[in-house]
Amino acid sequence: MSQASPTRILDDQYLTVRAKLIEVAAVLDRLDRAAGQASAVSGQSGVGSGQGSAGAIDDLDQEPKRAAIEQAIQILLRGTVDPGERTEAIQRLLSRRYAQDWRQSFGV
Amino acid sequence: MDYIDPHIHMVSRITDDYATLARMGCVAVSEPAFLAGFDRGSADGFRDYFRQLTEVEPKRAAQYGIQHYCWLCINAKEAENVSLSRDVIKMIPEFLDAPGVLGIGEIGLNKNTKNEVIVFLEHLDLAAKYDQPILIHTPHLEDKYQGTRMILDMLDSDSRLQRSRVLVDHVEEHTIGEVLDRGYWAGMTLYPVTKCTPQRAADMIEKYGPERLMANSAGDWGPSKPTAIPDLIFELRRRGHDEALIRRVVYENPISFFRNSRNFVFHDRAEIASRRQV
Repeated sequence: MSQASPTRILDDQYLTVRAKLIEVAAVLDRLDRAAGQASAVSGQSGVGSGQGSAGAIDDLDQEPKRAAIEQAIQILLRGTVDPGERTEAIQRLLSRRYAQDWRQSFGV
Repeated sequence: MDYIDPHIHMVSRITDDYATLARMGCVAVSEPAFLAGFDRGSADGFRDYFRQLTEVEPKRAAQYGIQHYCWLCINAKEAENVSLSRDVIKMIPEFLDAPGVLGIGEIGLNKNTKNEVIVFLEHLDLAAKYDQPILIHTPHLEDKYQGTRMILDMLDSDSRLQRSRVLVDHVEEHTIGEVLDRGYWAGMTLYPVTKCTPQRAADMIEKYGPERLMANSAGDWGPSKPTAIPDLIFELRRRGHDEALIRRVVYENPISFFRNSRNFVFHDRAEIASRRQV
């Protein structure tokens, strides 16, 4: 039902997408820098005999929000979903799970 | 283009917003009961709020040629207080025959808790007993998918409710299909950060078509844009969609849904003009 051609959509949206990609890249770089600074500080203070460095980075890698971002990026690359279904797939990825037996759990 | 905003909280907007809406083509709004920005302490606090919705806002809107309708309930965000919720639900029938009251709403879930579920089910019972249409709030962000599915489970299991008389609002890409497939109306809310943009709403219209689909601004206390529907109209025109499709989503569909209420009396621009000439 879309009225616009793929070329026109790309022309229209290129700068918007470009800006958003750079914004995401900047946030990820900021996270890396913050993790690096945290590890440097803990290394200088001798906390954990150097384990603080690896600890800060490991914590970031294991942080569920960071993992969700990484998975969402994989969906953008269309590795795991059908064409045209990326938005719904990312919405579901970032949602709490629904359990069919919720009424029994609540007793209602 | 004339349009209707079926979900906007005008009590939290200044009078200038009514003037702006009128200039943008808004001819009618419907205002679901919402939270006040703080938890109200008594049923009497809600009684005053319902008087504001049924008596004050229609007059404020009429100054700008906008027809004002409303929906009554205690909002999901205040439903953790079950005792207060029951007092409010008991009082709502006092207002159900007031002009412009379209039904029960916006009821729903917020954090998908047991108390919210209890209060939601009691609102459904109220709507069924008084034969009222229903307007539903679905949760935001990570709670939306789970909460929407829970709401649909509860609606489906109440055989007294007609699906064509229920609007499920704030749908997004991961919830709209299920809502429409099950025969309910769906509302897309154009709102920064927590809901969807005019561009994404246009995508959903392209994917699902205009049947039982509406758009609203939900303009309220938070960062929101009461003129979001004109933004959607602009986006659809920019993409080359015809005027009939746009008019169906932003004008005809709200009227069709509101006709489920015995209190819905609407005058289009032509009727109002002809009355002036008499």
